[in-house]
Amino acid sequence: MPSRNGWWMFLPLIAFIGLAVLLATQLGRNTEELPTALAGKPLPAMQLPSLMRAGSEVSNEFFLGHWTLLNVWATWCPTCYVEHPYLLRLAEQGVRIVGLNYKDDPVKAREYLAKYGNPFVEVPADESGRYGIDLGVYGAPETFVINPEGQVVLRYVGELNDRSWQQRFAPVWQKEAE
Amino acid sequence: MKRLILMLLCCWPLALPAVQDIYQFDSVIDEQRFRELLVQLRCPKCQNQAISDSDAPIAQDMRQQVAEMIRAGRSDEEIVDYFVQRYGDFVSYHPPLTPQTMILWLAPLMAMGGGLLLVVFQIRRARRISRGEDIT
Repeated sequence: MPSRNGWWMFLPLIAFIGLAVLLATQLGRNTEELPTALAGKPLPAMQLPSLMRAGSEVSNEFFLGHWTLLNVWATWCPTCYVEHPYLLRLAEQGVRIVGLNYKDDPVKAREYLAKYGNPFVEVPADESGRYGIDLGVYGAPETFVINPEGQVVLRYVGELNDRSWQQRFAPVWQKEAE
Repeated sequence: MKRLILMLLCCWPLALPAVQDIYQFDSVIDEQRFRELLVQLRCPKCQNQAISDSDAPIAQDMRQQVAEMIRAGRSDEEIVDYFVQRYGDFVSYHPPLTPQTMILWLAPLMAMGGGLLLVVFQIRRARRISRGEDIT
């Protein structure tokens, strides 16, 4: 008897549909991945020892003038082993990758690169994890796209592979914002 | 009996340091601030845990950072800002009112208002029925 109760008889149905739509759109969303607070901002001030070149330091200047991937990795990070071959492939294709060695043992890290190959043009070592906090890193691997002005364009959390490259990196890589 | 009490007394001070935090502060106030900040900051890795509850390495680092900043004389606000700048609003359990978080603040009000309207309608209808009005 719709005439008796009026339109609000349908209120539960409307509420249900609304909720269903809301939940359906959120379903499957990766809530593990947080947006970076750094997008569009300059890379935090970096002054870290180089893992491969003893005595030299890596600073923000190293990023100026090139598109660069900043990959956060460590020997204690299982997914880093998984994505390592893909990093090597990217490097072969001419992608400039800097590998931030995050909270790692320098000796183990050097062994890792000697054993599995080194895709990185430079490896700043963040033993304390302090620079990781500056970057908003909460786990490894994480990969940042840095533009030639030294600004953070993108942060990706998780395994870098062909799929994530096509979906997330390709749309911004070497493309200037209008 | 005496021996038992003595034995228990010997165990007591040994067990105490195990539950104490490893962070040392100059004053009780600072320690209190430390505890409060740890439950205000959310762990970005193990989501929905405060950094006080989490064993994730990043939560340990964040606790360390909070302790250092307190010792360096930074205010609570500066410390929370420090993490929000790096991890975004997500890291704070007191999210600011922005267009994105509006629904958090408005949804309870809307639900309450909706419920209130429903009750009012029901009462009115009940009155009409009891007055014997034909409502069909």
